[in-house]
Amino acid sequence: MSETYTAPLTFSKVKAGKGLEAALELDRAGVINEITASGLKGRGGAGFPTGVKWNLAAAAKDPVKYVVCNADEGEPGTFKDRVILTDHADLVFEGMTICAYAIGAKKGILYLRGEYTYLQDHIEGILRKRREAKLLGKNAGGKKGFEFNIEVRMGSGAYICGEETALIESLEGQRGEPRNRPPFPVNTGFLGHPTVPNNVETFAWAATIMSKGSEWFKKIGTDKSAGLKIFSVSGDCKQPGVYEFPLGITIKELLKAVGGLDAKAVQVGGASGSCVPAREFNRKIAFEDVATGGSIIVFGPQRDMLKVAENFMEFFHDESCGQCTPCREGNGKILEGIHMLQQGKCSMHYLRELCALGETMQLASKCGLGQTSPNAFLSIVKNFPDEIMGRAGAAQE
Amino acid sequence: MLTPERDQLAENITKWIDQYGGNRSALLPTLQEIQKRHGRVTEYAMQVVADKLSIHPVEVYGVITFYAFLDTKYKGRFIIRLCRTISCDMAGKSRVARQLENDLGIKFGESTADGRFTLEWANCLGLCDHGPALLVNSQVFTHVTPEKVHDIIESCRKAFGAHTLQKEEVHIA
Repeated sequence: MSETYTAPLTFSKVKAGKGLEAALELDRAGVINEITASGLKGRGGAGFPTGVKWNLAAAAKDPVKYVVCNADEGEPGTFKDRVILTDHADLVFEGMTICAYAIGAKKGILYLRGEYTYLQDHIEGILRKRREAKLLGKNAGGKKGFEFNIEVRMGSGAYICGEETALIESLEGQRGEPRNRPPFPVNTGFLGHPTVPNNVETFAWAATIMSKGSEWFKKIGTDKSAGLKIFSVSGDCKQPGVYEFPLGITIKELLKAVGGLDAKAVQVGGASGSCVPAREFNRKIAFEDVATGGSIIVFGPQRDMLKVAENFMEFFHDESCGQCTPCREGNGKILEGIHMLQQGKCSMHYLRELCALGETMQLASKCGLGQTSPNAFLSIVKNFPDEIMGRAGAAQE
Repeated sequence: MLTPERDQLAENITKWIDQYGGNRSALLPTLQEIQKRHGRVTEYAMQVVADKLSIHPVEVYGVITFYAFLDTKYKGRFIIRLCRTISCDMAGKSRVARQLENDLGIKFGESTADGRFTLEWANCLGLCDHGPALLVNSQVFTHVTPEKVHDIIESCRKAFGAHTLQKEEVHIA
């Protein structure tokens, strides 16, 4: 396997163990206050404030609580967690330990996607070293009475298990079908106990914040989107790889850094994100504008956007868990519609029906998969109508 | 399947279930162990797992059929999974796919008659900066070109027998 290009990351400059030390000197509320003050929001893409999540779990009354690290990185175009787990797994486990201390959990689970099985030995090795260094186990990190252990569990090739409740179902030995929310995992999570599920990157930032202070983090980024973010960049650009930028960066600035300024569109946030055309490249990547879990896919001038939409819909049609009707049937219908467009056989009326179906899916689907799967198709129809209507048809292509 | 082998499997299943906590949440890791060592989860294995966990075997079946990496039917010794998602697609996965089909003489979703290879599509493997990418069992190959396909298949053929790409692998099916 070839090396992933990785721009300098803040994680490399953080001294191992400093964040945990600082956290263990505070009381539990102090840690949560620090994380809340930093403005850190979930780095998996949904952007839920991390401090609030930890606080809810800490406030829940239950002697058994869990910390779950979501390493089921399946969003098309995302590979930052693979790089973080390869180079900075220690920091991730440090973040999990800080969280466990803050909420009062004794057990942590890292749920690693089955496609990353080749990373398992490396990760287990780092956990072993942490146990030997007494950073895990009884009196972890030298804090009397604080006990915490981390276990690795593998996924088995299901994108939907990246959804937090589906992940918990999977951990419980069930089919990975999302649950209704509420109740949220912070109240009723793994085996019915309060659980904090966070993304790999979120835990690494939590450890970094405890080490460098919430003030430092808060000052970077925008008001609503504080701090730095790790991006996975792929597609038509000179230097694909992993980058770190402050949130609030414009798409144009990002494209300049990766060598992709001639792009005609950029998919921000993976297949479930949105497709931003060149005329909107001044928009900001932030929770209040174009949100992302870190996936940036660059489309060069020669790309056929309908083919892009087809690829995304094939993905969702295959990965829908089939539990709720809007998602199970809707993704198939939209994919069928794309094939009609490719053959030049789709009327304007039917295209509008398809868009209405997409909007219904966004409203009526049970989980994030169905609520976001029509996004790419809808934004391609909106932004590239000339490209997709009145095509010559399969025979002439 | 010979009886002692069945006994051995049952013994292993008991061991794994205990190792992973002894309750329903041990189900997935136990099935993964069976899959890794035996290449599939047989009806017999499902029944044993169900008995140990005091659940109906169809519950086990339901879980197996949900996950792409668990199988009830035997697949090839080497499962080649080519990523078909957008970045690998743009990097030229279609030509790699055609070459794989040509060199193996099978279509996607099929296995070779000698039981060595199964060819499958995978959704995003998280190797988007190295496309086209594929997995052979759990080993990664990146920047695959149609030309490299032959070498990858040959390295598997050579490994067939004494050494395999997958550790701790025993086939008794």
